[in-house]
Amino acid sequence: MGMTTAQKIFAAHLVDEPFAGTKVLGIDVVMCHEITTPIAIADLMARGKDRVFDTTKIKAVIDHVTPSKDSKTATQAKMLRDWARRHDIKDFFDIGANGVCHALFPEKGFIRPGNTVIMGDSHTCTHGAFGAFAAGVGTTDLEVGILKGVCAFREPKTIRINLNGTLPKGVYAKDAILRVIGELTVNGATDRVIEFGGPIVDGMTMESRMTLCNMAIEAGGTSGICAPDRVTVEYLWPFISDSFASKEAAVAEYSKWVSDADAEYDKVIDLDLSNLTPLCTFGYKPDQVKSIDEMAGQPVDQVYLGSCTNGRLEDLRVAAQILKGKKIAPNVRAILSPATPQIYKDAVAEGLIQIFMDAGFCVTNPTCGACLGMSNGVLAEGEVCASTTNRNFMGRMGKGGMVHLLSPATAAASAIEGKLADPRKYL
Amino acid sequence: MKTFGGPALFLDRSDINTDEIIPAKYLTEITKEDLKPYLLEDLKLPGFDPKSDKTFGAGAVVTRANFGCGSSREHAPWVFEVNGINVVIAQSFARIFRQNMFNCGMAAIELSPEKIDQLFSYAGAADVAIEVDVANTTLTIKGGGREESMQFEISPFDKALVLAGGWVDYADSKY
Repeated sequence: MGMTTAQKIFAAHLVDEPFAGTKVLGIDVVMCHEITTPIAIADLMARGKDRVFDTTKIKAVIDHVTPSKDSKTATQAKMLRDWARRHDIKDFFDIGANGVCHALFPEKGFIRPGNTVIMGDSHTCTHGAFGAFAAGVGTTDLEVGILKGVCAFREPKTIRINLNGTLPKGVYAKDAILRVIGELTVNGATDRVIEFGGPIVDGMTMESRMTLCNMAIEAGGTSGICAPDRVTVEYLWPFISDSFASKEAAVAEYSKWVSDADAEYDKVIDLDLSNLTPLCTFGYKPDQVKSIDEMAGQPVDQVYLGSCTNGRLEDLRVAAQILKGKKIAPNVRAILSPATPQIYKDAVAEGLIQIFMDAGFCVTNPTCGACLGMSNGVLAEGEVCASTTNRNFMGRMGKGGMVHLLSPATAAASAIEGKLADPRKYL
Repeated sequence: MKTFGGPALFLDRSDINTDEIIPAKYLTEITKEDLKPYLLEDLKLPGFDPKSDKTFGAGAVVTRANFGCGSSREHAPWVFEVNGINVVIAQSFARIFRQNMFNCGMAAIELSPEKIDQLFSYAGAADVAIEVDVANTTLTIKGGGREESMQFEISPFDKALVLAGGWVDYADSKY
């Protein structure tokens, strides 16, 4: 019997199997941010074990509330900053160089096919786009990861999702993943890895694959995974060109992580997306999804474009294409947060930022802020946000506020009309 | 060994997420104790008052499917821990929340829908209490003049974590 990508990664990283069904894996990349890491640091200090297992395998960033908004967030940032300096962690990103972790770390080439990745952040599943096993964990798992470089898992089964056909005009990776979550429901992939494949995924950019994998957790999935291929190698080439004689050689090497043709899946779901419309959530759970045809016209107070789901350059390009020469409606305010400084710079160079500002957007620095209702765009009670983020829980972006999850194109169209709107008429 | 359970708090809904257990705005606290007043602050359920003595006096939570979905924040188990709740009994859990509970040396117990319904049949009674014996994998519920016990299953690894007092101590002695 063949193996899935996840099974191959588990086999290659197995450190211990203390009990049947529990696998302790060696971890290649331990990522840290300022919200969930400081308590791990404080606990390690209290235990007299303020050490790190490997200074090169730990990556750290201040991203959730940055620049700090108050004394408490400044203290969290300081704790992470002081710790990173104390342990000489080279890959630490502070103000000026910092961005949303799941956009920044891939951009730096930190994640490679076959890697194991953990972070004290549920959207760590994003990095599975590179053919890695990447799981969000709590602070205790993170603490042990920092100290020992290991993490324990029940070996997950794999759900294979084949995205067949071609995406119609105005329909993007965000719509595809909302469709998948609607199919799986919010716990349909608990203790499962979601492996995305099929012609649509094969044709996707790494950015789009990250958008897919980012929301695996919204169906309960441990990690998203896409097979590493030529697209993966092209993205990583600036970081791996010294290690391979050619791109073909890199593709061949990484292909060892691709699921075998006779791999056993928990479930295989085929979805033909050729007739998919832009989608949008309507309730307080990410599996409550409807077509924009049904949702158009619903009121919106704020439009938010950014986050680890959809704050990358291709997202900004799509939205800017729709917004060019237009103004946002007077009844809404619109916020753009490019996910990393590089994306911000590229967007300036391409003239995209000019388009957003001319349309009436506020452009903020890279940060997670508004997505989880912490800063830079928090909603008031009763307000509604059309958002390119990943969670629509009640109060997620501010107590008593509501969130509609949608694509950057649908967000842009909604900003123009001041209500939920279909992007296809602008393309 | 540590005892688990206490007065029962019934939360009758599936998919209760970590934002409802502890809103993100409190993630700026850097000690677990500071989370204490915010237990279940944003959870809206008929008849449920987050600020009541019943909430703050609880020792065990009984709930439905997919409890603790959403964010990886360990602040969710911590806000239970600092309020004296060290066991959550549900039809199912989100993976990260479940692991976080055991990693902290607390118990996340899964029961069949039928057994969960049976526990909920006590919800109307005054002074319902649940006692959990992790070593022997049994729980006892008492209230309204009734009492019964039931068996549950937890993985040997999760049991070892509870017995070790959590994952840091376990991992530190082993790896």
